[in-house]
Amino acid sequence: MPILNSSPALPVVLLLPTAIAIPIVALLRKRLAYILTVAVMAVVTVISALNMAKVLDGGPIHYWLGGWFPPIGIEYVLDRLSAFVILVVNAVAFLVLAHSRRLVDREIPDPGKHVPYYAVALLMLCGFNGILVTGDFFNLYVWLEICSLSLYGLVAVGSRKSAVAAFRYLIMGTVGACFYLLGLGFLFTVTGTLNMADLKAIFPQVAGQPTAVIGLVLMVVGFGLKMALFPLHGWLPDAYTQAPSSSSALIAPIGTKVAAYVLIRVLFFVFGVEYVRQAVPVTQVIGGLAAAGILFGSVMAMAQKELKRMLAYSSVAQIGYIGLGIGLANPLGFVGAVLHVMNHAVMKALLFLAAGHFRMKLGHSTVPEFDESVRRRMPWTTAAFAVGALSMVGLPPAVGFFSKWYLALGAVGRSNWVFLGVILLSSLLNAVYFFRVIERLYFVRGKTTAGSPEDAPAAVRAEAPWPMLVPVLILAAAIIGLGLLNAVVVKGILAAAVPPGMG
Amino acid sequence: MAALAPVLVSLAAAVLILASGRRPNLREGWTLAAAGAKFLFVLLLLPAALAGRPAEAVLLEISPGVRLALRADALGVAFALVSSGLWILTSVYSIGYMRGLKEPKQTRYFASFAVCLSAAVGVAFAANLLTFILFYEILTVATYPLVIHKQTPEAIRAGRKYLAYTLTAGVLLIAAAAVVFRATGSLDFAPGGMKGLAGAGPGTVKAVFYLFLAGVGVKAAVMPLHGWLPTAMIAPTPVSALLHAVAVVKAGVFGVLRVVGFVFGPRLMAEHGFDVILAAFAAATVLLASLLAFRQDNLKRRLAYSTIGHLSYIVLGAALLAPTAYAGAVMHMAFHATLKITLFFCAGAIYVNLRRENVSDLDGVGRAMPWTMAAFALGAVGLAGIPPLNGFVGKWYLGLGAAAAGRTAAVYLLVGSGLLNAGYLFPIVLRAFFKPGRGVEGRREASPLLVVPLLATAVLSLILGLWPDLGFKFFELARTAAASLAGGIP
Repeated sequence: MPILNSSPALPVVLLLPTAIAIPIVALLRKRLAYILTVAVMAVVTVISALNMAKVLDGGPIHYWLGGWFPPIGIEYVLDRLSAFVILVVNAVAFLVLAHSRRLVDREIPDPGKHVPYYAVALLMLCGFNGILVTGDFFNLYVWLEICSLSLYGLVAVGSRKSAVAAFRYLIMGTVGACFYLLGLGFLFTVTGTLNMADLKAIFPQVAGQPTAVIGLVLMVVGFGLKMALFPLHGWLPDAYTQAPSSSSALIAPIGTKVAAYVLIRVLFFVFGVEYVRQAVPVTQVIGGLAAAGILFGSVMAMAQKELKRMLAYSSVAQIGYIGLGIGLANPLGFVGAVLHVMNHAVMKALLFLAAGHFRMKLGHSTVPEFDESVRRRMPWTTAAFAVGALSMVGLPPAVGFFSKWYLALGAVGRSNWVFLGVILLSSLLNAVYFFRVIERLYFVRGKTTAGSPEDAPAAVRAEAPWPMLVPVLILAAAIIGLGLLNAVVVKGILAAAVPPGMG
Repeated sequence: MAALAPVLVSLAAAVLILASGRRPNLREGWTLAAAGAKFLFVLLLLPAALAGRPAEAVLLEISPGVRLALRADALGVAFALVSSGLWILTSVYSIGYMRGLKEPKQTRYFASFAVCLSAAVGVAFAANLLTFILFYEILTVATYPLVIHKQTPEAIRAGRKYLAYTLTAGVLLIAAAAVVFRATGSLDFAPGGMKGLAGAGPGTVKAVFYLFLAGVGVKAAVMPLHGWLPTAMIAPTPVSALLHAVAVVKAGVFGVLRVVGFVFGPRLMAEHGFDVILAAFAAATVLLASLLAFRQDNLKRRLAYSTIGHLSYIVLGAALLAPTAYAGAVMHMAFHATLKITLFFCAGAIYVNLRRENVSDLDGVGRAMPWTMAAFALGAVGLAGIPPLNGFVGKWYLGLGAAAAGRTAAVYLLVGSGLLNAGYLFPIVLRAFFKPGRGVEGRREASPLLVVPLLATAVLSLILGLWPDLGFKFFELARTAAASLAGGIP
């Protein structure tokens, strides 16, 4: 079918008009906003899967918008890496958005904002898809701005505290975007092109110039901030905590991953492994900061009493894993980092959705106030949470174990014992704060349940309704399933996606 | 797939148990059925293991170049037989114990137990390091709800300590596996040692050794990594009995036997002097644990220290690098299990029946509970290494191996610790039978659900002492396992 020839552009082309159409369509019936959102995300996910299959079969796909070739035209490129990340992002977003209706209704106080919520969410996903597929630096900036503004919106809707957190995120995020643009400007002046493939070809000639180096560094700082790489993570804890649960569940698994993807793409595929390791040792710096971030995030998470805040700091640590993989700059490190993009997306989506369930049914997500009664009331949510938590701790065969395994192998390969130690130590630190929650949910006697026989009457049950449970359970199953099948992903997709010149 | 069945049967049972929470008899039925089935499945694997053609089950690739793989070789079958066989008896005992005390949360208890046993057999049959780690970690997490069962603050603290020790050990194992994989390109266990490891640099090999030592040493309760075990005695006695005297700690010493025999191999161990280091830790543990046992008034804690000591007999046997000693270690792994579980069962029966936990309260108990204390006496004699109980058999071969290796100090240690064992166990029997009781008049024996299993294990210990090869061929299995290290049979 001719339309499938433009399949790289299809996600964006479908999402953008739908996002704009939602407020109009919802004038007929409010429910249509949700239905349309889920429908378009389902279609986009299917297209992403088809694209992945096409790329696996036939190699990278190039698409030129409007038929105009670079350096004037904008090029979209789907190779294994981008197709993979796109599939992960869209699949997880689909599950979270399918789940979102009740959380949105409950947590967003102003009913007038419910419909625009979906429109903004779709705009954000449109931006993400654009960033992931584009082969042009300035086009990337355009999509970056679109998704960032939507992100701020998604964070801000909710309570007054959300607005403050969103404002902080806006300031820092805009600074980050500006750094990126500045860096891009510098690079443009020395290379004369905005197309990624072009710049890659021209760059070796100008590599020595200070302008080029500064351009690279500025770009890295810009996306490091968007990625919440330590110490540029300051916006994250508040943003994830104060945002309504459905927003947290949407942005936490995906937002920072997209930024990480850009970093990987730019560093390894445009500038080249050789350059970013030897000439300008950006990867070493990123690796070091990532290691610090892992420890910092884990320690801070241990100090948190509120579940969402704990998960937010945990995310800072998890981004550190990806940064560590970038820092190692060898095939196993790369595989570990990209696999972690998928793993963390699935795990964090599950954990934040479960947190949303707790907030909805209990009215809070404060860990010291959890006890056995939570498990009695919401056994499935609690079980799914436990699966996610154990995966984060790194219990095989859950998916979280394998990120650490590959990163550990990568660290050993570089004889980087510090990184190896950090990876393993972080597992233990994760265990501290995650087991604390599991302990509370399963083993701490409730005030009302102390001494009672084990099977409380079913009337106590107050589980989340099944439309909310199904995506959560799918994610929990994915954590085990993708863990067992990780070799399929690694061998089938990631191993061949390793950038040229690495390892 | 015959090797996979024993692992899966109790996983399936766990699900069924969770679903039958409202019908206790059905729920317990699943446990007993699964235990029986599991034991049978493992028995079916026995002939192949002895013949040197172990049953294998190779599953999906779990990391490029590494498959999730099971191999029921002699060493693995020995461990699996012990765990699964004793699970049957422990399940019967558990029913008596939990119902006798009207314990809450029985569904969680029985389900966790089933998963633990699944993991234990998975550890036994793991054919490579990654499979081993997978089941080892599952074992850690599955035992946690059992340790923490009582849910008192003390139990929760014990659970945390347990996790702290075991998860750290797990992480060190992962590091060891990563280094081994990079150095040799393989994670498969090989009888006599992994070939590629010999070629890796001395620094690498040393690092791997210490990582493994800590990694398996925690569950094997090698001092100073033993701290979690006495604290974990807070768990209900059947948990202590099976898991800490049989499955969890035996998984640890099994790990030591695997690492010494199938990762490093005797030659590499000797080359780098690792055998001396390991033997030193083991010997120190045997001595210290036996001495510390004297100081414990709480019966279960005394038994815990006794376990720590006996586990290091097995570690010592591995460290001696002689085939006879290795065989002795494998036998002791099985025989200590039957003896120790007897003692723990007795301790539990005394608690359920008389609510007594301390040695100082056991005066005259033998008159009220003669069967229980008779079984205890048999267990004590066995642990002291006195024939005709099976404890003697393992020690005898350990001693032979030590003498063959020229390590006479080890022989003295074995004899000496036997005396110490007698020292901290026999007085209990003596006071139970020959001292006047306090508050035991008119009390009768514990419920048959408790007494029958403990008599069964005591009698089993006696029978295995007289005919070590009876039924399950532990003697043959041990010898086959040891012989395989010389690079002969797999």
